Amino acid sequence: MTVAAFTFYAFAVTTLLGGLMTVMSRNPVHSVLWLILAFISSAGLFVLLGAEFVAMLLMIVYVGAVAVLFLFVVMMLDIDFAELKAEMARYMPLALLIGVVILMQLGMAFGAWDYSEGVAERLAAPAGEVQNTAALGQLIYDKYIMLFQLAGLILLVAMIGAIVLTLRHRTNIKRQDILAQMYRDPAKSMELKDVKPGQGL
Amino acid sequence: MISADIQTVLPEIIIALYAMGALIAAVYTSKDEVAPLLTWLTGGLFVVVAGWIGYNGAGVNVAFDGAYVDDGFGRFAKVVILLSAAAVLVMSQDYMSRRGLLRFEYPLLVALAVVGMMVMVSAGDLMSLYMGLELQSLSLYVVASLRRDSVKSTEAGLKYFVLGALSSGLLLYGASLTYGFAGTTLFSGIVAAVEGGASIGLLFGLVFLITGFAFKVSAAPFHMWTPDVYEGSPTPVTAFFATAPKVAAMGLFARVAFDAFGSVTGEWQQIVAFLSVLSMFVGAIAAIGQTNIKRLMAYSSIAHMGFALMGLAAGSAFGVQAMLIYMAIYVTMNIGTFAFILGMEKDGVPVTTIASLKMYSKREPLRALAMLILLFSLAGVPPMVGFFGKFYVLRAAYDAGLTWLAVAGVIASVIGAFYYLRIVYFMYFGEETEALDGKISPVLWVSLMATAAVMVVGVVNLFGIEPLAAAAAATLVN
Repeated sequence: MTVAAFTFYAFAVTTLLGGLMTVMSRNPVHSVLWLILAFISSAGLFVLLGAEFVAMLLMIVYVGAVAVLFLFVVMMLDIDFAELKAEMARYMPLALLIGVVILMQLGMAFGAWDYSEGVAERLAAPAGEVQNTAALGQLIYDKYIMLFQLAGLILLVAMIGAIVLTLRHRTNIKRQDILAQMYRDPAKSMELKDVKPGQGL
Repeated sequence: MISADIQTVLPEIIIALYAMGALIAAVYTSKDEVAPLLTWLTGGLFVVVAGWIGYNGAGVNVAFDGAYVDDGFGRFAKVVILLSAAAVLVMSQDYMSRRGLLRFEYPLLVALAVVGMMVMVSAGDLMSLYMGLELQSLSLYVVASLRRDSVKSTEAGLKYFVLGALSSGLLLYGASLTYGFAGTTLFSGIVAAVEGGASIGLLFGLVFLITGFAFKVSAAPFHMWTPDVYEGSPTPVTAFFATAPKVAAMGLFARVAFDAFGSVTGEWQQIVAFLSVLSMFVGAIAAIGQTNIKRLMAYSSIAHMGFALMGLAAGSAFGVQAMLIYMAIYVTMNIGTFAFILGMEKDGVPVTTIASLKMYSKREPLRALAMLILLFSLAGVPPMVGFFGKFYVLRAAYDAGLTWLAVAGVIASVIGAFYYLRIVYFMYFGEETEALDGKISPVLWVSLMATAAVMVVGVVNLFGIEPLAAAAAATLVN
């Protein structure tokens, strides 16, 4: 077994184990920790594939931000997972049946799969030594700039939507006024007194 | 290169920049107090951009390596979208202000939705298709639950969001299967790849894509969300849902069918014909039992989508032309009908029950007459413009050899005429019950009367949209 093959199997098994334990573990906080393990080992798989940028993204975005966010949500919201699971168990037979039917149909479709002519050339990596971080930059900010900007607009709509639907301007509350605080005149608001030793005010 | 591309998408860029600039300006100034002004300003901008696209656009301009196609078909759809969105916005201002619903984000969300729609009808790539669709849908989910203190409105928004997300998932799955087969997301590449006939995997992709579109145009059997969302949303938002997004989704449907799968017309023709016949009958039959006029309009829109799909099912240039004319007429009729519905109120509270219209003609003869003309037109009664819309799609189906579909369409439209005529019956012959308020804002009055007049006067030459639609269809089907 070569080193590469060994590394692949090590990462692959760890990913599967992480995924499995995410679903199986009883404590939701442990689930999130297992999920982080699955993320890290799949980042390793991406490095093996030569996609170091995706591996980097996975570490920074998923492990660094998303998983931590999950952890916060799990710890802050008091979710009774046992109750959720019981609810799910009621519909399980039907869901399983539908799942199996869809799986079989898709299996049938993929059994007869064939590519159109010339797919291999269209999907081939560009010639020459282009680092994939650089190549992605070329695609995102050059070829697909319009799509990238549209994605930005979609995120803007999501932000506006969240504010429109949840922000309520409350009255009768006292807000902090920083300028008023800074421009307070000491002479007006306090009085200095020289207190003699041994005497009270 | 990039400057030419930007030139091509300039209308979208201008509206997007306007929305962002207005957002910042409103946040830093008087917030909701500028909302009426912003509503009118947005409407005005739509009209200006529509005029610009209509008069200035020429030829076929491809931008961003084929991701965006600006052609006659796209321009026709964009003008209809922009004008109808402007009309609905302007109509909604008074209604929403009086109920404290007019927040400054509303016109801006509509503007961003319109940008999404414009990208949808100009998409030349599965990715830009999806981006446009999501931009549109996300804005619509938010405006659907704009009345956030009402359970019904919140339910409408949530239902729309969950089912919309499901349909987006189906659509994406179809797109990924198509990409897996063709090795490219460009429509021009896909159409070349399927030249020799579609494989089973590609058929799966096509079916999933069509399912997603059917959700968006609310064609049966994917129409379940429509009545609830139409009923729960604030009425001006319902009016918006029934007009511009339908045109955009239909345009997108036609764009994918012909640009990406134009070489395998036979494969999707039967699916579209099936959707069409089912929508016409579900829309016609389910509407009969409705007592709420907004739910009735939802079923009416399902039936109308069935007719528009009939034009698409024909799979010919004439079919697309018929579909475009049908959509333009449908949008005009709906603007008028919703102008009437927006004016239905009692002691300042909106009323949406059909029974409240009993003997309406006695109190408001002119408005009742206008509504009568619009309802006749919706039903497709011969002297009105609505009849010609139906006539075009039926002829397209007949010419394409789909005689059974045309016959089914005639039967469905006869069934559907019943519930439109029932409203007319209530207005003219019912027993008088509670009286609705007589006042109506001038904008609504003008919209109602103008669209009713269009329904009658348009009979002469359909205001010349026929050659325009023919030219638009010719650029799509070749």
